[in-house]
Amino acid sequence: MLGWLRRHSGVVPYLFLLPGGLWLIAFFVVPLITTASVALQEGSLATGYRLTFNFGIFPEAVGRWDTQLLRSLQYGLIVTVLAMLIGYPMAYTIAFRGGRYKNILLLLVILPFFTSFIIRTISWKFILADQGFVLGTLKEIGLLDQGFRLLATPVAVISGITYNFLPFVVLPLYVALERIDPRLIEAATDLYASRLQAFLRVTLPLSISGVFAASLLSFIPAVGDYLNAELLGSRNETMIGNVIQRLFLVNRDYPEAAALSLILMAGILVSIFFYIRLLRGQELTV
Amino acid sequence: MARTAPLPERSRSTGERARRAVLPVFTGLVVAYLSLPILVMILFGFNDIQGRFNFAWQGFTLDHWTNVFGRYPALNQALINSVVVALVATTVATTLGTLIGLALTRYEFRGRGPLNLLIFLPIATPEIVLGASLLALFVSVAAPLGLATIIVAHIMFNVSFVVVTVRARIAGFDRHLEEAAMDLGADELTTFRKITLPLIFPGILAAALLAFALSIDDFVITQFTAGAQTLTFPLWVYGASRIGVPPQVNVMGTIIFLVAIVGMVLWVYLQRRDMNARPTTLER
Repeated sequence: MLGWLRRHSGVVPYLFLLPGGLWLIAFFVVPLITTASVALQEGSLATGYRLTFNFGIFPEAVGRWDTQLLRSLQYGLIVTVLAMLIGYPMAYTIAFRGGRYKNILLLLVILPFFTSFIIRTISWKFILADQGFVLGTLKEIGLLDQGFRLLATPVAVISGITYNFLPFVVLPLYVALERIDPRLIEAATDLYASRLQAFLRVTLPLSISGVFAASLLSFIPAVGDYLNAELLGSRNETMIGNVIQRLFLVNRDYPEAAALSLILMAGILVSIFFYIRLLRGQELTV
Repeated sequence: MARTAPLPERSRSTGERARRAVLPVFTGLVVAYLSLPILVMILFGFNDIQGRFNFAWQGFTLDHWTNVFGRYPALNQALINSVVVALVATTVATTLGTLIGLALTRYEFRGRGPLNLLIFLPIATPEIVLGASLLALFVSVAAPLGLATIIVAHIMFNVSFVVVTVRARIAGFDRHLEEAAMDLGADELTTFRKITLPLIFPGILAAALLAFALSIDDFVITQFTAGAQTLTFPLWVYGASRIGVPPQVNVMGTIIFLVAIVGMVLWVYLQRRDMNARPTTLER
């Protein structure tokens, strides 16, 4: 065996790739193809499905669920910007000012990962509850109106998603910022750049790879999320994930659900494509 | 690290000091924001609830701790299912992903571009699309949904994460060590066992820990691939959330949390010791 492999050493990498590669093809690529074929079928569970190449399903699905599609995109963008605004200063502080607390701070950032995603979201539902200990107390001392509520509002859903994906933003930003030599920033200030200029012209451009990774790691899961909208929102905050989940698991309307999944995936890939071009252009001008 | 050499204290005015405090204070607030739901989870595992809803504080009790596994047999089963799924999926995904990582970093071969795309795409695809398309596949081939389909799905989404983690570790390793072993008469298998594997082992372990964490907590893909009969811990909690989550869930969550923290601290400690024991490339 070993002798044969020595003589045909070109085969070795393919042997290494084969099991994992086949797994990804069988359970990632093939399911996407199946999804496409399901989307193009017509019929119902009772009568059976037939492949009719019904491409009309795509514009139909977009037309029917345009509110939810746009809302998901909008929430995804807001969450990404918010997470960046919260995560960047934090990553910056840990990287440049962390000192000997660096590791502890990083541990605190990933602490939420040590509890279940669903338990954390239920915790938020509880914290934000109308008569919960936060709002209830504020109402009692008269700081808030009795009718004020956070649950079942976009604020609750957006802050819930931001919470869930914030660690994904801090970590890549930290990795990128940690690599920057602080002497470069000192050099900029020595050469009479203001703190803002030094940040905009040195620190930010040098951390752009982290910004890129961080924004994708929050945007992609945020757009597809449905748990926060379901637990913290109302019917007015329904996202496209909720629709896909309901069509697939409750209504069993497989063609439309499959079409929406593909539309969501295509929308995300197109956004990433434009985003990469935008950042490339940014790097050239810096 | 001695990167942040403090300025002499006397040269700072009050305004300067206030400005310097903004970032640490902000960071502290964000840490509080991140920990708040966890504190709530821990606290309400001690709540002496009357009735079904664990929403308002009603008094301290240890009942739920002494009686974690006694009350809801289905919850115990769900927790066992989660652990079984995570263990199997982690083992298989770590093996498959490590092999791909080795191939990508150690060998020249055709088809590198498509392969990288095949590894990147599952990470860039929202979980709901992964879960939905797997369900479409399982439904169309009439595969019975259950533990097996959950495990198949978990292996799939973990492979990419393992490849990325392991590759980062192998990329920074010195090939000369392997050549030296071969020069000294070791064959490929011995070299792999005695030199390569120990060197990349921390990367493999990190990948396995990540895979385990992702798997045991996964909700979305699991919901699509589980079918009606099989529940994992997150699925059980989700089901219960509509009628009121019992405090036993908080207690189990707290136990998982503590185990994870202890594991993490142990892992950091072992790595430190490892790094101190082994000469670094610089010293060589």
